[in-house]
Amino acid sequence: MLNYVLSRLLTFIPTFIGVTLISFSFIRALPGDPIVVMAGERGLTDERYAELSAQFGFDRPIYVQFWEYLTGVLQGDLGTSFVTKRPVWDEFFALFPATLELSVCAMIFAVVLGLPAGVIAAVNRGKLFDRALMSTALVGYSMPIFWWALLLIIVFSGNLGWTPVSGRISLMYYFPDATGFMLIDSLASGQKGAFASAVQHLLLPTIVLGTIPLAVIARQTRSAMLEVLGEDYIRTARAKGMSPGRINGVHALRNAMIPVITVIGLSVGTLLAGAILTETIFSWPGIGKWMVDSIFRRDYPVVQGGLLLIAVMVMVVNLTVDMLYGVINPKIRKR
Amino acid sequence: MTLLRIRNLSVDFATASGAFRAVDGVDQDVDTGEILAIVGESGSGKSVSMLAVMGLLPWTATITADEVTFDGHDLLNIDSRARRRIVGNDLAMIFQEPMSSLNPCFTVGWQIKEALRFHLGLNRRDRHARAVELFEQVGIPDPEKRLSAFPHQLSGGMNQRVMIAMAIACKPKLLIADEPTTALDVTIQAQILDLLASLREETGMGLVLITHDMGVVAETAERVSVQYAGQKVEEQPVGDLFDVPHHPYTAALLDALPERATERMLPTIPGVVPGQFDRPQGCLFSPRCKFADDRCRSTPPPALGAELGHARCFYPLNTDERIAS
Repeated sequence: MLNYVLSRLLTFIPTFIGVTLISFSFIRALPGDPIVVMAGERGLTDERYAELSAQFGFDRPIYVQFWEYLTGVLQGDLGTSFVTKRPVWDEFFALFPATLELSVCAMIFAVVLGLPAGVIAAVNRGKLFDRALMSTALVGYSMPIFWWALLLIIVFSGNLGWTPVSGRISLMYYFPDATGFMLIDSLASGQKGAFASAVQHLLLPTIVLGTIPLAVIARQTRSAMLEVLGEDYIRTARAKGMSPGRINGVHALRNAMIPVITVIGLSVGTLLAGAILTETIFSWPGIGKWMVDSIFRRDYPVVQGGLLLIAVMVMVVNLTVDMLYGVINPKIRKR
Repeated sequence: MTLLRIRNLSVDFATASGAFRAVDGVDQDVDTGEILAIVGESGSGKSVSMLAVMGLLPWTATITADEVTFDGHDLLNIDSRARRRIVGNDLAMIFQEPMSSLNPCFTVGWQIKEALRFHLGLNRRDRHARAVELFEQVGIPDPEKRLSAFPHQLSGGMNQRVMIAMAIACKPKLLIADEPTTALDVTIQAQILDLLASLREETGMGLVLITHDMGVVAETAERVSVQYAGQKVEEQPVGDLFDVPHHPYTAALLDALPERATERMLPTIPGVVPGQFDRPQGCLFSPRCKFADDRCRSTPPPALGAELGHARCFYPLNTDERIAS
């Protein structure tokens, strides 16, 4: 098992270098110059431009710049934001809890609804519930996130006034962010209504971000369950006189979890990508919004570092998923 | 005493191209403690009729019968909750493929204890003790250690022993074994059959052995029912069936046994079992029968009396010998 983890970690190295290269060249391939953007509408003189250019190291050949960036990254230095002058590392981890909170909630939303929905659909194959659920899932999967978000805002925030439009918590509450997770901090603050406000703010972004994973998980659970329900060992369980609930929920679901765990793992990548859009729409102060802002400011170190950290997280999640296979189904257990 | 009584059982499967009759008007009795073998080619409906008794057929199947009773319970008009109290408890079944019939995600111990918990309500310690006892009974060495093994860590023969242990866990009155040895090596086949026979001796349970292997039948069974294309075509005590078969199909099956061959070329039965679209009008065996005439091809023959093995045939064989003896 340890050997397996180590060998998988080794494969991280080429991926890691690839991601650094792509993120490094991607942001530079965009038209626009960070120094010009920084100067704003007033503009700046050629001397000042050359001075700044030298300061940021833009005057040196591109491969030298990449090499310096790569060696910095390997030493744990992601660089300093052009705009805020703070280390990328610090900025990322100041904002990351907000994204993590939203992503985890969206994932819980997707799994808690998607898994049972898929199981029920598979058990009632071809019946009304199954057809209704699968068509809904297809719609949910195909729906553009921004359109869905705006629709929900119009209905629930605009017409009904049930939920706030943006932010993480009402301005009425203030407390130090001990953990960075609003749900935990608001509870810890002990202020009346703070937690409820945090939940209200989280509601729509969670639904918006969780919709696509929900649809994917429901469909995958259904098809995996349908396959498993035809297996011989399900007949054995029925021959033992087990109840349908136990057969579907224990004997079948455990086997069906392998492909479902796979899509859950893959959804984490989608979730982080989706978070960029969702956070922008709901003004959610997480890394998604931070990345978008940084792209507009041509803040090279931030964009590079942010992409890299997201990529590493996706890799770690996928490794975890691979190891979960063995936990669920001992037949696949790696030696 | 009749344990299982089936009268006029038919099973139809709804397929995309119309209904398919897999079991056609089968009568069957199984007495307490007896070994009944049901033989027939693939597709003769022998498994399906027993799966119907167990309530294990998929939802595409329609079951009709005049009577299906087991140990005083009417299995035809039983709700699923009441059926689950009988199935796996007094009425158990083992299957052809032991490897795929056990759940790969759980240890064999977990799978055997599950039935003990639900049917007998034993506590954790009693379940464990009973599981060890069962493993010893079916001849699994080192039972304590084997209980925590997963199915893929055991051989096919061991898995079938696990299946048998699971099936007899609640001391069933009737065990249905659906081709229990087909997927196993020949040496293991004999061991499993010996095990089933000795378990029958010990526990006094009835045993239904579904097989297409006449050798298995001759060694193990007491009474034999021959099925063809969903119909029971003959039924006799095992000795009589081998000595004086009445239905031409039974006779042809016996002739095809290598150990009974009299010529260099092994006789075979030409053709295949009729399917959904080529089901004959008259006797189902008539297209393959060397004695068939126009009456056979146009009119379905009724089952004859017990003295002629309930044979569904207009021209039963060996009638003189029966009368003479």
